[in-house]
Formats: sequence, structure tokens, C-alpha cells
Amino acid sequence: MSLTLENITRVVDGETHINTTNLSLEPGSFNVLLGRTLAGKTSLMRLMAGLDRPSSGRILMNGADVTGVPVQKRNISMVYQQFINYPNLTVWENIASPLKLAKVQPSEIKRRVDEVAQLLHIEQYLQRHPMELSGGQQQRTAMARALVKDASLILFDEPLVNLDYKLREELRQELRNLFKARNTIAVYATTEPNEALALGGTTSLLHEGNIIQTGPAAKVYRNPINVDAAELFSEPPINLVPGRITDSQVFISEAVHFPLVQELQGLPPGDYKFGIRPSHIGLVPHNDDDLEIAVTVELAEISGSETFMHVKNQHFPLVMQLSGVYEFHTDARVNVYLPAHRLFVFDMEGKLIKAPSPIIGGAFNG
Amino acid sequence: MAIQKSRNKNIGITLYILFILVPIYWLLNMSFKSNEEILGGLSFWPTEFTLENYAVIFTDPTWYMGYFNSILYVGMNVIITLAVALPAAYAFSRYKFLGDKQMFFWLLTNRMAPPAVFLLPFFQLYSSVGLFDTHIAVALAHCLFNVPLAVWILEGFMSGVPREIDETAYIDGYSFPRFFGRIFLPMIRSGIGVTAFFAFMFSWVELLLARTLTSVEAKPIAAIMTRTVGAAGIDWGVLAAAGVLTIIPGLLVIWFVRNHVAKGFALGRV
Repeated sequence: MSLTLENITRVVDGETHINTTNLSLEPGSFNVLLGRTLAGKTSLMRLMAGLDRPSSGRILMNGADVTGVPVQKRNISMVYQQFINYPNLTVWENIASPLKLAKVQPSEIKRRVDEVAQLLHIEQYLQRHPMELSGGQQQRTAMARALVKDASLILFDEPLVNLDYKLREELRQELRNLFKARNTIAVYATTEPNEALALGGTTSLLHEGNIIQTGPAAKVYRNPINVDAAELFSEPPINLVPGRITDSQVFISEAVHFPLVQELQGLPPGDYKFGIRPSHIGLVPHNDDDLEIAVTVELAEISGSETFMHVKNQHFPLVMQLSGVYEFHTDARVNVYLPAHRLFVFDMEGKLIKAPSPIIGGAFNG
Repeated sequence: MAIQKSRNKNIGITLYILFILVPIYWLLNMSFKSNEEILGGLSFWPTEFTLENYAVIFTDPTWYMGYFNSILYVGMNVIITLAVALPAAYAFSRYKFLGDKQMFFWLLTNRMAPPAVFLLPFFQLYSSVGLFDTHIAVALAHCLFNVPLAVWILEGFMSGVPREIDETAYIDGYSFPRFFGRIFLPMIRSGIGVTAFFAFMFSWVELLLARTLTSVEAKPIAAIMTRTVGAAGIDWGVLAAAGVLTIIPGLLVIWFVRNHVAKGFALGRV
């Protein structure tokens, strides 16, 4: 079963939610839609599901036009961000309801409900009502209901957002395993770059109603086609600073300049934007070619065992992601180091000119 | 100190309830007395306890048919109100359509006029179409006031149900009627309880329309109670017994929906 969106648009009250979009999802693929809030992730999923009709364009399933087919007849499943279950039915009845409606044999219903309940570890709660369960269990129930019916398309609309961190990791891992053996198209929407990387599969970046890039997660991460894609697929967002390349020198906004390194040779002289991932900037140099920049600290934000440092010099601000807990006073003066060979180079329109080549042997920590 | 304070509070509440219950007690008291005793002088409880007054009501069809008529048209009214208001409230809570907000407000404005305003049009209309003195006539007339309130209350409860539940049901393969009956109605049963309660209460206590639109066949109990002045004067005892019996249905309904009403208040639409 394949799903194809052909020139899909969605306009509501004169406001464009989805710009002309083409997307093709392969059978058995795991697809991640990565985009910020209001980027159009939910709108796109609702179009795929058939809950909304596209303003123009066609939706094809296995080559057959299903644009006007009501959602009841489409054999899909959807899991929402909120924990959506039928509160007046028990967990068992909740999971069984799609099968009952499809008039599956009672013995077969029992077998499949028990099977999927076991997969999601909710077999001991089957006789309870959803409201008597914890958030994680409620969402597992919703997922079980989505998985039980062998849908040809399963949509996950930020299903793990309302769960705590630990549970999220656990469920994400299980989810990925659940889909390894299935021939179902899975679509998973998220706002978190890390989640997209952790899930793998095909990632589509969604920005202001447009799909700006599609490809394997790691590849998209390493080669964002433009500034928007780079900012989107980085948490905290990638640092962008104006710069210039001359015949022999590279300038980062006049303040910092260094001899043209090997990676940047061959680029025509001119103005560029340089992108530096927050995790690449450090407080100590790692390489000989690291650039030293004197900055003042604006804010050191501790997030778990990581520290997000906001620093600036007179020309540009930078955000750094440091592992470990660091405390700095505001306005403290420090030197930070950024590796010249790990610069992303964008032209002035924001198109990617050059991405740093991945370090051989080192997986993508960026 | 704290105990002192809470004791004071308890005394206050007890006094308050006592004062509220005085007229009801007095009614009950009178209903068990004979007319002579009622008119004879002040007594705080029946000296000659009698069930005679109740016996009159339960044996005389002009009395007990009054209760029957009232309950019949009130029941009809509650059923019609819910049948009309449920789909309307669902539409208001789930769909956008031209003038939806204006219409929603306009519904409520129907309740701004006193029922007396509608006496003349209803009377003339029902007389000319032959609905005069039927139960359905009163039930329909009361709908004018109950349907808007019911839509308003139910819409609040329905909007509390996430739209995603509707969509999940459709995705699972529920047809609309099946979803509405199996999933949606059970979720808003508190709202239905509260709505039924308000519809019942309005219809049960409303006298003006009910009395004007009926004469013999569908005459409500409250109207019959106003006509107890016989040749021998007013029959106080029977009147009091009738009053007690009129309170009972309301009491029963409140008893059954009390928890739902609390929930309704919490949701802010009652």
C-alpha cells in the first residue's frame, strides 16, 4: 500500500495551511514529519487521513484516487497528542471496537486484542476504564487501538508529547520496533529534532506549510538544503552568522578571520552565511584550527545535564550546547572555540553551498 | 478556637435550614389537619392526625387527573426538548456555519420575554388548529423556553468533549448515528441529566401558559389548586395536601440529578 499526495493544497478562510505539496510514501516505510508548531504537520496528517479535504490536488492510495472517500472507508488509524479513548468503554472494548465494527469473528477479535495488548504491556488493565489509567497507559491504549486493525496507514500526531521523559524514550523505542515487521505506512509528526533522529526512517521537514526537504533522517540532518532546514533540524537552532570569503581569508562578521581552510577552498569569494551547530562550539579548543572568539556571557541555561549558553560579542550572538552543568555569571568574559572545518556555508539566499563532511567513524553527533 | 468557629458555623447553617423549611413544614402540618383545626387556632403539629385530605385527592378524578396531566405534558416536554436540543447543540459545538454565533445568542434571547407575552399568540394559534386543551399543546408551548436553555447547556457539555473523539470514532469505522448513541451520549450524560432537570422544573412550575392553553382534558394540577374555593369556603386541608404532592416530583427529580447538577455548575453553563 503506497500513499501519494499530488499537488495538495489546503486553504482555510483565506489562510494557507498547506502550500502545493507532493509527497510519496512507500509501503512499510516509517516517515517522520518534523516541523515547528503551526508548520502544518497536523493539517497534512488530517489530509492524509481524509478528515479534511484538500482545497486542490489529489490523494492516491495504491494508485487509486481516494480524495473524496470518507474516513470510515479508508482503513487508517490515528493517534493524537491528547490521549483519546472512549471513556465509557473498558480498555478491552476500546481496543476491540475497530474490529467489532469491521465484523471480525469474536474469537479472532479476542486473539488480536490480547496480542496487541501484550505488545504494549497493558494486558493487566484490560478490564479497567481509560480514566483509571495513567497517561502513559492511556496513550498505550490509544496506540493499541490504532495498531489492532491492520490499517494501511497509521498516523501519529505528536503522540509522546504529553508523556514524561522516561516514558517517552521507552515508548519511542517500542514504537520503532513495532513497525519493523509491518508492511504499514507509518507517519509520525514531531517538533523535536532529536526525536526525528532517534526514530530514523524518512524525515520530511515542514516549514510554514511547505515540505522543504525529504530524505533519510541522518542525511537530511547532515545536509540541510537551506537555512530554514538547518534551523529546523537542530535543537537549539543552529547559529547563523554573516561572513565573507576572500582569496586567502575567511571573515566571520569582520571580528574573526582566519586563513582559508582546506574545506572551504574552491568557493568563489563573496558574502556568505555560516552555520555553526551549538554543540560544536566549546570552551576549550579541540583542534589546531579551532577559532578563538572572545565573548561575554548573556545567559547560561541549565537543561538537565546540559547547559545552553547564550553568549555574544559586539557583532553576533551565539548559542552553545555544552554537556555538563556550567555556571557563569552574566557578563562574564570567556573565550569560546569553534572548529573551522565544521562550518555550514549558505549563500545569501540561504541555500546550502557546503556542509561539513561527517567525521569518519564518528556517528552523527552532529 | 477552631472548634468554636465551626460550631458557630453549624448553628448558623442549622438555623438557616430551619427557616427555609418553615413554610414547607407548615404546609405538611396543615395537610394532616382537619379544616376545623386549621381555622381553629395556632398549633405546631396536628392534634388530630388525619389522612382525610390525601384521601380526597386520590379518590377524586378531578384532583388526581391534574397530577396525571401535569406529569404527562412535562414528560412530553422533556422528551421533545432533548430530542430537538441534542442535534442542535451538537451542530453548534462542532460545525461552523453562517451566522452560527448570532443564532446561538438569539436562542437565548427567547427567554428574555416573560411567558405572558406569548399567551395570546399561542392561545389563538392552538385554538385555530385544534390543539387547544391537549397535553401536546402545553408541551410545545413550554419548548419555546426550554429548547434554547437546553441547547445552551448541552452545547457547553459537548464542547467539553474533544473533537478528536469524534474523529477517532469515524477512523475506527463508526457511522455517525452509532457514534452518537454508543460513544457520545454516554460521555455527556451529566449534561443530559442537568438539561432534563431544568426542562422539567420550568415546565412543572409554569402555570400561566399551562392554565390558559387547557380547560378540562389537560388541566394541570397547579390550575386545579387555584379553584378549591367551594360553597363552604376554601378547603385548606385538601389544598395543603395537594401542595405537598406537588412538591414531591420535583424533590424526586432533584434527588436523582443532584450530582449531575453539581458537575453542570462546575462546567459553568448552568
